[in-house]
Amino acid sequence: MSEILRIENLHKSFDDLEVLKGIDLTVQSGETVVILGSSGSGKSTMLRCVNFMESPTNGKIYLNGDLIGTERNGKMTYKEAELCTLRSRIGMVFQHFNLFPHMTVLENVLEGQVIVLGRAKMEARDKAMAQLERVGLAEKAFEYPSRLSGGQKQRVAIARALAMDPEVMLFDEVTSALDPELVGEVLKTMRQLAEEGMTMLCVTHELGFAYHVANRVLFLNEGIILEQGEPQSILKNPDTNRMREFLDGHSLFKLPD
Amino acid sequence: MEWNFLAVLRDFDLLILGLLNTLKVTGLALLFGVPLGLVLALSRLSTIRVLSGVAGFIVEFFRTTPPLVQLFWFFFALPILVDVRMTPLIAAVVTFSIQSSAFFAEIFRGGILSIDKGQWEGAKAIGMTYGQSLRRIILPQAVKRMIPAFMERSIELLKTTTLVSTVAYTDLMFQANELAQKTFRPLEVYTVVAVIYFVLIFVFSQASIWAEHRLAKSGEGTVR
Ligand SMILES: Nc1ncnc2c1ncn2[C@@H]1O[C@H](COP(=O)(O)OP(=O)(O)OP(=O)(O)O)[C@@H](O)[C@H]1O
Ligand SMILES: [Mg+2]
Repeated sequence: MSEILRIENLHKSFDDLEVLKGIDLTVQSGETVVILGSSGSGKSTMLRCVNFMESPTNGKIYLNGDLIGTERNGKMTYKEAELCTLRSRIGMVFQHFNLFPHMTVLENVLEGQVIVLGRAKMEARDKAMAQLERVGLAEKAFEYPSRLSGGQKQRVAIARALAMDPEVMLFDEVTSALDPELVGEVLKTMRQLAEEGMTMLCVTHELGFAYHVANRVLFLNEGIILEQGEPQSILKNPDTNRMREFLDGHSLFKLPD
Repeated sequence: MEWNFLAVLRDFDLLILGLLNTLKVTGLALLFGVPLGLVLALSRLSTIRVLSGVAGFIVEFFRTTPPLVQLFWFFFALPILVDVRMTPLIAAVVTFSIQSSAFFAEIFRGGILSIDKGQWEGAKAIGMTYGQSLRRIILPQAVKRMIPAFMERSIELLKTTTLVSTVAYTDLMFQANELAQKTFRPLEVYTVVAVIYFVLIFVFSQASIWAEHRLAKSGEGTVR
């Protein structure tokens, strides 16, 4: 295994509000990391700093060994073109899909390949169909997103990200907006990706997914990683009271095994 | 009082010439006004304070001053300030391009703001630049929603161009005035001119309704 992503001393503030207070994280290639934490703990902000949807206030991010940005007098500076390139190397899937409604499913998956990567149409098309196949939606290629169920939309969004050949995939509560009966198909797709060796950072409240799929679970609390470990141990025997309370809150109404 | 359209019909080619000139001014004002409106809208939406401030001022200024005052200013006042020769056509095109761009700017701005923020995010996340996001993702969706307001403004523009007759540009209204004096038949002349404007605008708005339906059918229903 080799290091693919490294986050060093990541800080992020919105005006006076300090949301991330120094995050350090190294992710190995092929690893699936699940990030847990209560609402407002900074999970989305952390994920969004990784691909610079938000600019970190402080700290460094390395992708595949490359430091993003240039250091000047102890401060990081970023060029927009460099950040666009970085974003094209990292896939992101959102809670609300954010598919392009004026394009068919196929066009959605083609768009980034053609416009951002400059791939030839034929190559991009083959790639797009292969990714749609991978998420089980090849037969929907010529539909518009409005005709799909939430679960199908989310799988298209995953295919759109995969078509860019990302080095890392970020998932921000991608099943939270779905009807309960549609959650499974999306989690199954994510599990399949993890098993195929994709590097993934997932913010989710699905503890079952964390337990069965993650290599590592992080618990984010008030802007720091309060604890982390293998899912089997950390989800059953957390070290901190804070995480124990969090887990209890999540399993209050679980059916007995 | 007896209606007699003969005199009008005999000189109908004068009115046709006027109509063509009206369409020319309107068309040119649209040609320059729409892109300028987009530039103003994007400037106004910019996070660069100075840029959005200046754009905001221009938009508000041209939306709140009477178009006749603007026209006179460009035709009579500007040549005193700077050494330009103003023909009635140039003055009219300059005035109505800028004036309508102020309105188009607000239509563009409203259209762009009406698009869900997630669309910008989706585009950004696959590595698109601001320009690519705007061109490929945001504007195609925004423009669809803008069509009714856009058409209404264009019709408004067509009607406002009647003002150019006051600086002796031979538009439809100017020709009508000439013809009315020449034939002593104002009733018939202005009736015919009213009908011409009505037909023109009616056809125009029918076409826009048709275009809107066509676009609505192609694809999406909701933003997501
Ligand atoms: N763009 C922003 N501007 C100002 N404050 C923000 C912004 N984005 C997030 N915040 C604040 O930062 C804090 C952390 O937000 P974040 O979205 O990262 O939390 P989260 O852990 O993802 O929560 P949730 O489970 O509700 O999604 C919150 O207090 C939020 O209000
Ligand atoms: Mg969140």
